[in-house]
Amino acid sequence: MAIKVEEKQLTLLERLYVLEVVRGIALTTGHFFRNMAVHIARLFGLAKDKKGSTTFQYPEERRPLAPRLRTLHRLTRREDGAPRCVACMMCETVCPAHCISIVAGEHPNPLIEKYPTRFDIDLGLCVFCGYCVEACPEDAIRMDTGVLEFTSFSREGMVYDLNKLLARSETPKPNEESKVKTA
Amino acid sequence: MPTLTIDGQEVTVDAGTTVIQAAEQIGINIPRYCYHPGLSLAGRCRMCLVEIETFPNLQIACYTRAQDEMVVSTTSERVLSARQSMLEFLLSNHPLDCPVCDQSGECDLQNFYMDHGQYQSRFLENKVKKKKAFPIGPHVILDQERCILCTRCVRFTEEVSKSNELGVFNRGSRSVIDLYPTKSLDNPYSGNVIDICPVGALTEREFRFKCRVWYLASQESICTGCSRGCNISLDYNGSRRAYKAGGRRVMRIKPRYNPDINKWWICDEGRFGYGFIDTDRIETPMQRTTSDLEPSDWDPALARVAETVKAAYSEKGANGVGVIVSPQLSNEELLACRELFVEKMKLTNVAALNPWEEPGEADDFLRNADRNPNTKGVEDLGYSGDAKAVLEKAAEGEIEVLIIFRHNLADGEAGKLLEKAKFVVYVGTNWNATAERAHVVLPGATHAEKDGTFTNFEGRVQRFKQALLPIGDSRNDSQIISEMAAKLGYSLPASADEIFEAWKGISLDELSGSGSSVDPDTAVQA
Repeated sequence: MAIKVEEKQLTLLERLYVLEVVRGIALTTGHFFRNMAVHIARLFGLAKDKKGSTTFQYPEERRPLAPRLRTLHRLTRREDGAPRCVACMMCETVCPAHCISIVAGEHPNPLIEKYPTRFDIDLGLCVFCGYCVEACPEDAIRMDTGVLEFTSFSREGMVYDLNKLLARSETPKPNEESKVKTA
Repeated sequence: MPTLTIDGQEVTVDAGTTVIQAAEQIGINIPRYCYHPGLSLAGRCRMCLVEIETFPNLQIACYTRAQDEMVVSTTSERVLSARQSMLEFLLSNHPLDCPVCDQSGECDLQNFYMDHGQYQSRFLENKVKKKKAFPIGPHVILDQERCILCTRCVRFTEEVSKSNELGVFNRGSRSVIDLYPTKSLDNPYSGNVIDICPVGALTEREFRFKCRVWYLASQESICTGCSRGCNISLDYNGSRRAYKAGGRRVMRIKPRYNPDINKWWICDEGRFGYGFIDTDRIETPMQRTTSDLEPSDWDPALARVAETVKAAYSEKGANGVGVIVSPQLSNEELLACRELFVEKMKLTNVAALNPWEEPGEADDFLRNADRNPNTKGVEDLGYSGDAKAVLEKAAEGEIEVLIIFRHNLADGEAGKLLEKAKFVVYVGTNWNATAERAHVVLPGATHAEKDGTFTNFEGRVQRFKQALLPIGDSRNDSQIISEMAAKLGYSLPASADEIFEAWKGISLDELSGSGSSVDPDTAVQA
């Protein structure tokens, strides 16, 4: 059932335009001076119960991230430091953006047998769907680094290779920086 | 002729047919591991158990002969539970390392487990450890843990290759497939054990880890390794882009069943002889300007060929131009060459065979000494005389322009003659000494990159289909000939299908899958 939306008719004063602009500026200016007053007062230890509107001072301050947020990928390591990945190509197969390229090699240890000689993720293509993490049978790829900033001046720079992905192989600790600093 | 009922469907089969074959005739596929139509019956895997009325116990379909009034069920509850139990047995010591296993994606353990699996493992004991991933020959790697002891490979070495390298050793759960002492699986047909292994126990060293099988696309083709014309499937990078495989497009070759030629088998030379499709290819037309060969466009290269040919033609007539076609070319290309060079230009110096070519190894199974796929086609299409006479005339200066297709004529005696030739045009796929010595090089397409037919040594005309686009700037040979003809003022069809239809009266698609009849008097049977 469609909802009928009544169009609000503007009054004559509103249609005159100038008055409404002045009212808008007054509102913004009011907020500005109120916030400035509250923040200055809090700076001197006053008005603790009043809260000025807050802005995260990015990049010094960061928003808290939900633990399940999908962020930059990392490859985990075995106990001996070798990558856990066995180059089964499940992630490459499931990837809807075709951003993963793996080249497999023969591992000298027949119990491991297969390992990635190359593992590239083109973050310029990645859609951060997390399917690679879901598909991995070895828990070798995760998206829990909490890193959201990866920029580059070139397309090639957006391709993360095995070394770059292994560099963050440690389980990330809740980062001090990423905690909210409330003013 | 017993008539039996399988799952409610009646079927009449020849005497001696087994139940598994009878079921196949009506399209019922009974799961099996050890049964292979090309090998003797072993009855080892017990996967093909079926329920037959009047038999108290389940019977293996691969060993039970069909009898009159037999009533077989392949889907009863007893059968399904037996399959589930058999899979549980077979998998009890299986390492389940599908992520690293090359077979996964085309593994019968995986396939049948999807339909008949237990899913919840009840196995609490420790799995028996066996030897993993070690080479047993130049092409094959064995993983004893993955093996389910169907003995297909053992029977293959006993019955087909007759080389007896493999056997079953030890007893019970410690049984393993292994090489007999001092032996190595290096017979010329060793690669076939990889195909017949239903699990990932035997894997191909060349193909290992290069590509997962679900990325592969497949196209029907004909092996170009010798004049036998074995039917093959070209497996190439399909959904996965070739750059991810280092530019390699054709990943492996598998035999394709043809009861009249190669049955299920293929020799190792054919199986691993696909490297030329992606390596060392001539990718652009080349022209010799001063002393070096330099890349050129098609138009100027073809124009230069046409000009030189015309000049030689007007100076010396039909003797001024020599052509050496090749038994590597398809029938359609040979027909196009015949039409242009013999029928239209009436050239007198047209040859096909290379008398210096060294014969390959031959045996009484598949391999022929003649290393060309289409020598019979060359003969059938009326080419006679060998390259030597033409080369000699070119060396003496009688032939002004020499057009060479595919052959390498730059070694030994041929090389000395070729050096003296005035103007050489090379049409081929891969770089060789002849191409490097030519004045104009025109890149052709390999059999993976075009449509056409080869005539095998028995006279069977067989089709190969295009799997890939011609590499780089290269072109289908019949197109090259047609364009060359256009520059010379003749008109020839460029597509293989048109040429074939004009030749045999049927289209390529109508040619039977197993090739034309061998009898040369009868027309090609669709």
